[in-house]
Amino acid sequence: MLEAILNGLSGLVAGFQSLDWRSLVMLAIGGVLLYLGIKKNCEPLLLVPIGFGCLLVNIPVADLMGKEGFLRVIYNMGVDTELYPLLIFVGIGAMTDFTPVLVNPVTFLLGAAGQCGIFLTLLLALGLGFDKMDAVAIGIIGACDGPTAIYVTSKYAPHLLGAVSVAAYSYMSLVPVIQPPIMKLLTTEKERKIVMGSVAGQVSKTTRILFPLVMTVFGGLIAPKGLPLLGTIMLGNFMRECGVVQRLTRASENEIANIVTLFLGLAIGATMVGSAFINTMTLKVLGLGFLAICLDTVCGVFFGKLMCFLSGGKINPLIGAAGISAFPMAARVVQREGQKYNKKNFLLMHAMGANAGGQVGSVLAAAIMLSVLSGMGILPQ
Amino acid sequence: MEMDNMTFGITMLICGMGGTLLTLWIMSLIMGVLRRVFPYKKEEKN
Repeated sequence: MLEAILNGLSGLVAGFQSLDWRSLVMLAIGGVLLYLGIKKNCEPLLLVPIGFGCLLVNIPVADLMGKEGFLRVIYNMGVDTELYPLLIFVGIGAMTDFTPVLVNPVTFLLGAAGQCGIFLTLLLALGLGFDKMDAVAIGIIGACDGPTAIYVTSKYAPHLLGAVSVAAYSYMSLVPVIQPPIMKLLTTEKERKIVMGSVAGQVSKTTRILFPLVMTVFGGLIAPKGLPLLGTIMLGNFMRECGVVQRLTRASENEIANIVTLFLGLAIGATMVGSAFINTMTLKVLGLGFLAICLDTVCGVFFGKLMCFLSGGKINPLIGAAGISAFPMAARVVQREGQKYNKKNFLLMHAMGANAGGQVGSVLAAAIMLSVLSGMGILPQ
Repeated sequence: MEMDNMTFGITMLICGMGGTLLTLWIMSLIMGVLRRVFPYKKEEKN
């Protein structure tokens, strides 16, 4: 009988006995992610489920990522199938107003310049010895777009999913901290003080409805491998602009996006198992991810300076920093920085144009990258 | 034949970045045309 009691009690201490230092470190990392989400308000919708998922998966014996564990089911359901990021894209499309970029289509180009970080980081990752598909997944952090990073990584470098996702979302939330010093360093005070006139003109409903259609067909023909990314964001935007499926639009931007965000966050957290996450590769991914966002900003500001020069000093180069996907955070950073040097300067709508361009640009850059890989024979046609 | 990393990286940079810039530039032109073909009318406010 005593033996039976001791055996029973051993079941209660099995978890403690199986704890190793990696699990403890990951529990601490999970705690840090929860702290950042709750106390610092850094992307809480993602960091809270990711942090909690990280806690769950690193409690030994429970085996929640085992064959029948509930985290494995959630992971297989939407990350393995790439469904979660695509459903989130429908919601993002439904939430995004592309009018600022349609009013001033030239800001599309700033959205392209803001993607330079993807390709430069890819080069750096190759230089550091990562293999081709790992380098692609690391470079995509520079898209500054969580769902795009998750889509590409889960498809082509799933072993990096935890590190890439954490880097993508953490750095996105740190855009207000990362960008201003770079913007200041690369521009003169005179440039930062350039006043841009108000954004003139409005866009007809027909143009707003045609935009997602043209983008889907044209972008899909150029980059068919990335059509799931482009098609879903444009589907959401089309539903928003056509105005006849408001229930679907509301569901996409609320219920569906919320449920999928929860599942996606938990699934990402579930990939952060200590034995696979704690290694030098993760540190390199985090470092390169940081560099990717910095390079995006550098290239965006330089492109802004080029536009400033070509326009005879009418364009404030600061708006180039908004050509990334972190919407509308990057535009707000530009507005704040502009007003630091000239209280009467309102760059917000111009920056919103660049930021909306960055949103399209990041998806398009990923789509084009996949199609180029396919063209080179690295991905199946 | 296996492509070396440097060739791969440079190809991605040129085709990827060039493709993104070119596509968005063409898109900006198309959007400009669409705005002219379907101009905003004041009655749309309602």
